[in-house]
Amino acid sequence: MALKESKLDPSRASFDEVVESGCGFSRTVRRGQTLRITDLEGNQAVDTLFFDAHDPTDRYSAVDTIREQGNIYLTTGTRLFSSEGHVLLTIVADTCGRHDTLGGACAAESNQVRYALEKKHMHSCRDTFLLELQTHLEPMTKRDIPANINFFMNVPVTPEGGLTFEDGVSGPGRYVELVAERDVTLLISNCPQLNNPCNAYNPTPVRVQVWDA
Amino acid sequence: MPTESNGVEPSATWTETLRGGQMWSRVLRRGEVLKLVDVEGGASVAALLFNADQPLERYNMPDTLKAQHIARLTTGNVLYSDMGRVLCSVVGDSVGWHDTITGHLRADSSLAKYGPGTYQALRNEFHRNTRDNFLIELGKYGLSKRDLHANVNFFVKVTADADGNLRWVPRTSTGAFVELRAELNVLLVLSNTPHPLDPARSYAPKPVRIDIRRGPAPAPNDPCRTSCPENERGFTLTERYFA
Repeated sequence: MALKESKLDPSRASFDEVVESGCGFSRTVRRGQTLRITDLEGNQAVDTLFFDAHDPTDRYSAVDTIREQGNIYLTTGTRLFSSEGHVLLTIVADTCGRHDTLGGACAAESNQVRYALEKKHMHSCRDTFLLELQTHLEPMTKRDIPANINFFMNVPVTPEGGLTFEDGVSGPGRYVELVAERDVTLLISNCPQLNNPCNAYNPTPVRVQVWDA
Repeated sequence: MPTESNGVEPSATWTETLRGGQMWSRVLRRGEVLKLVDVEGGASVAALLFNADQPLERYNMPDTLKAQHIARLTTGNVLYSDMGRVLCSVVGDSVGWHDTITGHLRADSSLAKYGPGTYQALRNEFHRNTRDNFLIELGKYGLSKRDLHANVNFFVKVTADADGNLRWVPRTSTGAFVELRAELNVLLVLSNTPHPLDPARSYAPKPVRIDIRRGPAPAPNDPCRTSCPENERGFTLTERYFA
């Protein structure tokens, strides 16, 4: 995995905020702005979606992104495609090396399937998405939630068609940086998952920064 | 590994052949089994699935893959909704791999690949694309592109190597089939249109036959139910929905 560092000066960021695990975050990122998400303590999963800011029915598409680049992993150079075939953002720097877009978001119901029927009460990314949509991004609803990106998560696919959740390849301070190719709405759930060893059962905060063009 | 469900082929209660390019939809009642047959070889069929009683509940690609630790569908796998329930079980499959991660063609990408194929010029042999077919069929149920998420591609095999690079694997065997048993009342939407990674440059989708029959209720030792502990719980949650 090739890593690429950014030359941007953190002191010149126009926006800088820490998002705790279990919390949602949404914000418009304008065309030409650079977005950086930093895994502050390591191996945190950042469930992330993008929508065209002016037409939320045109949204991030995992399958279009995978097919157009001919590869299932996201890293420097990956163009994030929308359902209508537009490039929403491009990954321009990445000190982690690999990000997942097949694992989706945890939900109360899928936690019951994956772990135990008794897990339904636990906090989940889809709960965060649903609340964030209704409090900040109306009129979007559950209909508008596609398969998301999991920044800093390592979900290898085997040549035989298996899918595994491996120890993270991330670490404290690793980051991914994206340039917006059009005005986009960013929606994050900083994953609260306590059942998956990929985050050492310890969800941690992440940092969101934006630089102007 | 090719498998036949239950070893016997009960007579179909409904059979229909889709021409190349054609779209289709129907509500499969819980317990009905739909068999898709690639009559001539080389077909690919894109599919969307919804809970017919509440279409806000739909097929969820990531939940399907991560619950079963798979990156493709074959016998013994199930298709999960986003509500932890089983929409359909794959009870028979002669192919061994059905794609779930590479999406479909739209009008623009279909035009770029195959060139113009208008209705004006070609009448009903015109170049239909998967996206438009889905939108038309979804519209019949009051659904829209907001409800259009990652689809299944039956009869399509796309592998990923250790570095994640995709490879489309050719397949030409005639008579290939896959059988789906509905575990909810399922709105199934199909588009019999070319897959985006099929390298053929001419627009020539092949016919597929659909057979529908009513099958026996899944037994406690049903192979899809017992293929992993996750599916045991998925079937339990599905039963609770109808209890």
